[in-house]
Amino acid sequence: MQTNFSQKQLSNERIAEAEAILRRCVHCGLCTATCPTYVLTGDERDSPRGRIYLIKDMLEDSAPASPEVQHHVDRCLSCLSCMSTCPSGVDYMHLIDFAREYIEQTGTRPWKERAMRRLLSEVVPHPDRFRFALKLAPLGRPWVKLLRRFGFDQAAAMIELAPAVLPPSPKYEGPGVAATEDERRARVIMLAGCAQQVLRPGINDSTIRLLARHGVDVIVSAGAGCCGALTYHLGDEAGAIEFAKRNVDAWWKDIENDGEPVDAIIVNASGCGTTVKDYGHLLRNEPDYADRAARISELARDVSEFIGKYDLGAPRRWSSLRVAYHSACSLQHGQQIKEVPRELLVKAGFSVVNIPEGHICCGSAGTYNIMQPEISSQLRDRKTKNIKRVKPDVVAAGNIGCITQLSTSLDVPIVHTVELLDWAFGGPVPLGLEDLSKFVSDVPEPSKRRVNDFIHA
Amino acid sequence: MPANTCNRRMTVTIRYRLEHPIAVLLSKSMTAIGGAAILNFCTRRAAHLNFLKLEPPMTLSRMPEPDRTVLDRSEAIIGELVALLGADGIISREEGRRAFEADALTAYRQPPLAVALPRTTEDVSKLLKYCRQAGVKVVPRGAGTSLCGGATPTADSIVIGTSRMNSVLETDFVNRTITVQTGITNLAITDAVSAEGFFYAPDPSSQLACTLGGNLAMNSGGAHCLKYGVTTNNVLGLKMVLMDGEIVEINGPYLDSGGYDFMALVIGSEGQFGIITEATLKIIPRMPFARPVMLGFSSCEAAGQCVAAIIGSGIIPVAIEYMDKPAIAVAEAFAKAGYPLDVEALLIVEVEGFEDEIDRLLRAITDIARNFDPQVVEASTSTEHSDRIWKGRKAAFGAMGRISDYYCMDGTIPLARLPEVLSRIGEICAEKRLKVANVFHAGDGNLHPLILFNANDPDEAIRAEQAGAEILKLCVAVGGCLTGEHGVGIEKRDLMDIQFSPSDLAVQMRIKSIFDPHWLLNPGKVFPLPAQELGEQSAADEAA
Repeated sequence: MQTNFSQKQLSNERIAEAEAILRRCVHCGLCTATCPTYVLTGDERDSPRGRIYLIKDMLEDSAPASPEVQHHVDRCLSCLSCMSTCPSGVDYMHLIDFAREYIEQTGTRPWKERAMRRLLSEVVPHPDRFRFALKLAPLGRPWVKLLRRFGFDQAAAMIELAPAVLPPSPKYEGPGVAATEDERRARVIMLAGCAQQVLRPGINDSTIRLLARHGVDVIVSAGAGCCGALTYHLGDEAGAIEFAKRNVDAWWKDIENDGEPVDAIIVNASGCGTTVKDYGHLLRNEPDYADRAARISELARDVSEFIGKYDLGAPRRWSSLRVAYHSACSLQHGQQIKEVPRELLVKAGFSVVNIPEGHICCGSAGTYNIMQPEISSQLRDRKTKNIKRVKPDVVAAGNIGCITQLSTSLDVPIVHTVELLDWAFGGPVPLGLEDLSKFVSDVPEPSKRRVNDFIHA
Repeated sequence: MPANTCNRRMTVTIRYRLEHPIAVLLSKSMTAIGGAAILNFCTRRAAHLNFLKLEPPMTLSRMPEPDRTVLDRSEAIIGELVALLGADGIISREEGRRAFEADALTAYRQPPLAVALPRTTEDVSKLLKYCRQAGVKVVPRGAGTSLCGGATPTADSIVIGTSRMNSVLETDFVNRTITVQTGITNLAITDAVSAEGFFYAPDPSSQLACTLGGNLAMNSGGAHCLKYGVTTNNVLGLKMVLMDGEIVEINGPYLDSGGYDFMALVIGSEGQFGIITEATLKIIPRMPFARPVMLGFSSCEAAGQCVAAIIGSGIIPVAIEYMDKPAIAVAEAFAKAGYPLDVEALLIVEVEGFEDEIDRLLRAITDIARNFDPQVVEASTSTEHSDRIWKGRKAAFGAMGRISDYYCMDGTIPLARLPEVLSRIGEICAEKRLKVANVFHAGDGNLHPLILFNANDPDEAIRAEQAGAEILKLCVAVGGCLTGEHGVGIEKRDLMDIQFSPSDLAVQMRIKSIFDPHWLLNPGKVFPLPAQELGEQSAADEAA
């Protein structure tokens, strides 16, 4: 597509980068068909191609973000379905990230929205504050209707998303090393994350157990925390860079510390995984960090991606559970990991069914379900309907955002893929699946060697 | 809204074009004598003398002059539209309108006066009725995937987008029909019936996104129309809104209609006659199996001869697709389909049926191919492999965007002339110092040369358009036609007089005048601009 930037504009590195991305788009429009917001609204401005155009015009004009551009860019879920579809390889992710930052720098927002964005970026990335806030949430529940009436839709959505009961604290709290009792096959760092360990601590526990059981040492580094995705997607690049730097510093200590190689950095929330895999890009202009960040991005693996490369052997439990695998957008589009989690669940003995319209987002998308409650709830209901069509006993997903989002509307439990895997390979019943445990029975345990021989025979 | 802001882009363009003081003087005097066409001509001539500073895109075809009387009323018009459809259905701010300024042929751009997004046939009827009364032009738009500028707005027009009209209204498996709103995407029609083993046959490469409405307007084909025919062969009935708001039904859910067959007239009319809002389509039971074979050749002539020989032998494969070396490389990079990279030309020939039938047909086809010394003969080994082979072909256009801007042509030729036309296309592009990649439906002689150029280089953009025009002239010269499936739109408008005599065009324009006496529908397309202006003028005279 033709662009119209002056030499002066192009001397700005960020603009030059955006221009290179824009030049790849041929305006063919294929992306519109798989964009969740376009599917709902039928409005070009809510499609990737339309947003690319709005962004192009805004950047070409060097204009401050207008409310209209802001509105439609805000409505992008960053699900990156368009990137799976785009035959021309347009790097929409980095374009929209830049546009978000540009909008934060140049646009104006109503105070309610500013306050909400501030609140989210100050609270959610910090587990202690987040836990405290969630405990306060029930106090707000009676006021939800009133909040809506006075136009505080976002606050109302936030309160409604908060779980009524908080699960107990995680079993394995970092920092430290969970050493395998088996012969060691690998040594990894696990991102303990932020919101996830408060909302569903079982995910980290299951990850550590499953890995350690299969010969992997799991390190939770001191000082590492939120990956920065949340602030980044609110357009606060500087904030995101701070989070990323902190993690790079923390992990680098463990990578360099005792001379033993770290084989991977494991991320079990795919939204975070997409961001960590992009650290190399995020920190490219930070001289002290660029190289290390690039290395860390190379090491980053989604937990399913990492386990998928391992031979886990036969499961310890046999189940007749029907599992609908919900492919999180950050996993299927952001990291292009589509089949591995499904295959792992099949190998672990579950009957896996595909959800129709699997490429369409569930509307969670980080803080999207709070900032854009209207579209988010439409997408959630659409996804819920599609899940119900395949009548599963349980839904598995690789991202805490989707799990929180869908647990408010599904009538079957939803858990992390790794929780089911851990269960099948000997871990405890995942929280919420207690009623289903009667469908799961232990496989009489043969010696490990014999099972492996049998599989390889 | 003041008129000058609503067409900001255009004023800017003119200002830049006429930077030179002499040019400004000239332009003023020319405008004074009312010579917009002369101005345009001179601007182009002067480009060679470096007289004027040209701003890209400098394209060969011009857009019609916007109607000032409409632009002056834009605020009132938008008000009326909002009253009809509600604020949610109307886009009128400048940034928003700009997002609609082009379809997939981005060389032509003009933001419309407003965009309306109706949800029902009745909405469309209300809109057209109003526009007819107010004398406002209308550009129908589906998904905006047209490669010929079929949905390019003009500054004084309302875009009526059908993207919200995407429901399946009825499926009837006994009679093998489906009735849909025309804003539905082509692939969604097949998705709606595939669980029952049916499909909707026409499959343009953009089928994921393009709407049925656009397919009807352009009479689209696709890879599989060699066997199943193009859009017009797969439609049973239509519901269309005429420019005065009247809703008419043409034919119905049966094979033949009483009276004249208006459907054949309406399909392919490029939004010139009305807006089709609903359609009843044939759905076809899917054959149990289908399998493509890849045939690689060391020359495009050999591949061309092979296509002619296969068709000549009486075999009708579902599809015969052609890709040349540059196209193969790009498609392979995207789809990892296992295309051979060292051949000059690749044919993908697909046959379907039961396994025995497929084996027999593929054997016959490869036997024929052996006469042309193929370098590669490789049948698909699994459904997954077949999917990948098709994925690469279907995405070839878009994937070309990875390496370059491109200008996608769409001419049709008699099959027997394929080899000579292919080599002549290569020569034409070489003369213009441009690269070309060929991806097309070889089975029915529908060519899609992709001329590669740099859109930010005005000179290359002009050369690309010139090469395109040469290629289309070539297609007509060998007995073919200007467009296979993309339509005429703006792109081939000024070449229509190569294909048609003045009296041919006059008859076509008279038919257009019957449906749209005031020439308000999809302005600037299909007919050479001077002819259109004449048509509009005579309509105005008649009204007076």
